Amino acid sequence: MQVALDNVPAVAQLPHQGGILRWIRTTNHKDIGTLYLWFSISMFLVGGLMALTIRAELFKPGLQIVRPEFFNQLTSMHGLVMIFLAIMPAFVGFANWQLPLMLGAPDMAFPRLNNLSFWLLPFAAVLLVASFFAPGGATAAGWTLYAPLSVQMGPGMDMAIFAIHILGISSIIGGLNIIVTILNMRAPGMTLFKMPMFAWTWLVTAALLITIMPVLAGTVTMLLFDRHFGTHFFDAAGGGDPVLFQHLFWFFGHPEVYVLILPAFGIVSAVIPTFSRKPLFGLRSMVAATVGIGVVATAVWAHHMFTVGMPVTAQLFFMYTTLLVAVPTGVKVFNWLATMWQGSLTFETPMLFAIGFLFVFTIGGLTGVILAIAPVDIQLHQTYYIVAHFHYTMVASSLFGLFAGTYYWLPKWTGHMYDEKLGQWHFWLTLSFFNLTFIPMFFLGLAGMPRRIPDYALQFTDLNALASIGAFGFGLTQLLFAYIVIKCIRGGERATAQVWEGAKGLEWTVPSPAPHHTFSTPPVVE
Amino acid sequence: MCRETDMTELARKIAVSALLQPALAFAAGEPSFGLQPPQTFIARQIYDLHAVVLSICIVIAAVVFGLMFYSIVRFRKTAGREAKQFHSNTALEIAWTVIPCLIVAGLAYPATKTVIEMKDTTNPDMTIKITGYQWKWRYTYVDDGIDFYSSLSTPRDQIENEAPKGEHYLLEVDHPLVVPVGKKIRILTTADDVIHSWFVPALAVKQDAIPGFVRDSWFKVDAPGIYRGACTELCGKEHGFMPVVVEAMPEKDYQDWVADQHSKSAAAATAPQ
Amino acid sequence: MIARAMTGAARNRLLLAKLSLAAVGMFGFGYLLAPLYDRLCGTERATQTAAKDAARQITRVDLARTVAVQYDANVHGSVHWSFRSLQKSSQVHPGELVHVRYEMTNESNEPVVGQAVPSYAPPAAAAYFHKIECFCFQSQALRPHETRSMPLVFLIDPAIPGDLPTITLSYTFFEIRPRKSA
Repeated sequence: MQVALDNVPAVAQLPHQGGILRWIRTTNHKDIGTLYLWFSISMFLVGGLMALTIRAELFKPGLQIVRPEFFNQLTSMHGLVMIFLAIMPAFVGFANWQLPLMLGAPDMAFPRLNNLSFWLLPFAAVLLVASFFAPGGATAAGWTLYAPLSVQMGPGMDMAIFAIHILGISSIIGGLNIIVTILNMRAPGMTLFKMPMFAWTWLVTAALLITIMPVLAGTVTMLLFDRHFGTHFFDAAGGGDPVLFQHLFWFFGHPEVYVLILPAFGIVSAVIPTFSRKPLFGLRSMVAATVGIGVVATAVWAHHMFTVGMPVTAQLFFMYTTLLVAVPTGVKVFNWLATMWQGSLTFETPMLFAIGFLFVFTIGGLTGVILAIAPVDIQLHQTYYIVAHFHYTMVASSLFGLFAGTYYWLPKWTGHMYDEKLGQWHFWLTLSFFNLTFIPMFFLGLAGMPRRIPDYALQFTDLNALASIGAFGFGLTQLLFAYIVIKCIRGGERATAQVWEGAKGLEWTVPSPAPHHTFSTPPVVE
Repeated sequence: MCRETDMTELARKIAVSALLQPALAFAAGEPSFGLQPPQTFIARQIYDLHAVVLSICIVIAAVVFGLMFYSIVRFRKTAGREAKQFHSNTALEIAWTVIPCLIVAGLAYPATKTVIEMKDTTNPDMTIKITGYQWKWRYTYVDDGIDFYSSLSTPRDQIENEAPKGEHYLLEVDHPLVVPVGKKIRILTTADDVIHSWFVPALAVKQDAIPGFVRDSWFKVDAPGIYRGACTELCGKEHGFMPVVVEAMPEKDYQDWVADQHSKSAAAATAPQ
Repeated sequence: MIARAMTGAARNRLLLAKLSLAAVGMFGFGYLLAPLYDRLCGTERATQTAAKDAARQITRVDLARTVAVQYDANVHGSVHWSFRSLQKSSQVHPGELVHVRYEMTNESNEPVVGQAVPSYAPPAAAAYFHKIECFCFQSQALRPHETRSMPLVFLIDPAIPGDLPTITLSYTFFEIRPRKSA
């Protein structure tokens, strides 16, 4: 007779081996999730240091701290590190921990591939960060790597290309694993429309990943060949076109930003119902909106290219599709509001971050609508308005989603409640400093300040100073977050299985901390 | 001791302080919070378009934040609220899908007209070729046969903080682009090395300069003046140090300038080497 | 293979295989985008071959209107050559055969081999610009201090729409160098 392992206390379910080897060879989704999350938080610190150096230089006009060449390396690498090494792995860490638990599956579909997906990351990270020490330094062509500037770069560019290849493989394998897990391994009785929104958002995210990461791989390979093997994909001299690079890159790049936000939508869709003590409003339309966003997102890419000189028809097409993608996005915001409406709300830290998410994402999203208007974009393209817009949607929204999820699920992962008072401090300081940093940038962009410059004209001084102060406050506050997480792992008030009064879902039916192996026998969902 | 009330108090304080940013900055001497004052017909159209879409966005944000804050205040468990367990309403779903569609369609119409007008480079009065270099601009007047480079003229010691910064720090050049007022000027942008982008906010012109290709755009300046802009495509280490300066003058003064340029280059050609 | 007779692990592997095929397909799609871009965006590579055949079909000249064609020249990178059109512009009837000359001087002490690459503004004009004979069809080799005058023969398709009354034809001359090691 099979003993159901789910109710055995955690101590009796130790992993097969301990020490370093356990972490290198683990195929357990919880262990791998933990690895992803620790990797991600350390990369946030690395990318954050780069950001603070940038903001330190921009505190005053004039060149004080770094040379322009190095400044360009910092802005480029800050983008690459944050996107590929911090945010994406963080969401994959959540996927690993939560998807099997939420779906009632014992593990991911391919546990050994899962291990490979993770362990590719530290290699890629070392390669990418080490590019700072290559002759000529790291790539300084922006995270967007436009040719011909990226063709001019030194060996640091090649290191970044190889790192991107490795990261791409990791993401593709991870995406494949996630889709198969979601489609094939749900517990009996869990139809697609009974599974949580977090699984839906990850399904669409993973589909986007396997669509776009191969195109990025092809693009950087073409760049590599133009750099070293005499091809002319992006070089007019040989009949090529630099604008082709932009089309290829943004075909990947735009859906990529949805990869960075959709899982946050999923997290917020779990947190708000729990702390409103009512179900998510409009599940079917939320699913439809998520799929709609994923599909339309593949048809908007050239809104990053409104100034290259496209014909009128192309300019209009991409303006229309970009305006269109705002509609399902807005629908989601309204559904979240309707979930809160007439609920019974409490404001523990996960809920604070979820509500904070609604605030910053609305600002980010609406400024996106403004930018969708192509003539307006002509004025704002490559200015600080864009920097503010994407930090509101990516940093604020994705990061707030990640914070909400961390506080929400930490008790399940560790068995302890985190320190609620410190969590609240983390929220308010983060929200305040974030806004102090990035609101001035909207005005800087409107006033005409370009981005990716280490020095600026005098009329931009005061807003830059405000932004720099905010940035340092924001960065330092995240040390508090690290402290809260470590403190929670080490101890705290015992967490129950349910943890949150309004929480619903399979993950809340297992003990806290979740045993090393869960759902070895699948639960039956009615 | 009502924690939620303290927090909503705090929420209001933070929101207000965020909105006080402009006031703080204004007090610190920042003169403007929108796009630069428009100096061409197209720039005015864009300025107005932006005002309209921003207003709509502010209204939407006010509705969203209003509902949010209302919920936070009214539907608190500590106030004894029980959650009402509804979770769908088809009529509402349809309404908040259709209304945003109508709003974006309404925005698309005037924007379309402006896009078409911005791309209409027909019947220009003159043509100027603008070539981006690492890290300066070159202006070639195709009709008038004038050709010169335009480089940043801010002294290096100002940049290195060894001298006080001048009024037009990083926005001044040795030879600005001189154009007549009230004439449709077609510009052809290209580049010598990597992609640059020629941008003058007051004229609402931003056109990428792509090596090996020409792209055309146009502008017609309403009033005489000096209009300053920048390179807006990352082009290497001095990307932040290749500004654009356009000097618009009445037609008569422009013709005098052209004659002056011709005599200068004739003198240079015949000068002893 | 009957799906319901498969074990869970086998179903997973099958789905993995299908999805992996999709991923590989997307990699190929990325490379396919390069020629697709040429076709859809009317690049020189795409229009060149079609041009001569199209030009042969055109027999009538539209004397009712003219198109202003400006001739522009650029030299990429090195400053030791000069490259210019011998005419600034001309008024051209669609369908009319036009002869223009460009002049190139190698001002350096080394022989030079290069390629002229055309570009059109507005870009939509490219589809209506048929080059019969052009120095841009092959690379040009110049001895030190040699000057050469090179021909361009073209006609504009009478089907050109009325909203393209001014076209700029711009050539950029690129030096073709033996590839240095990276």
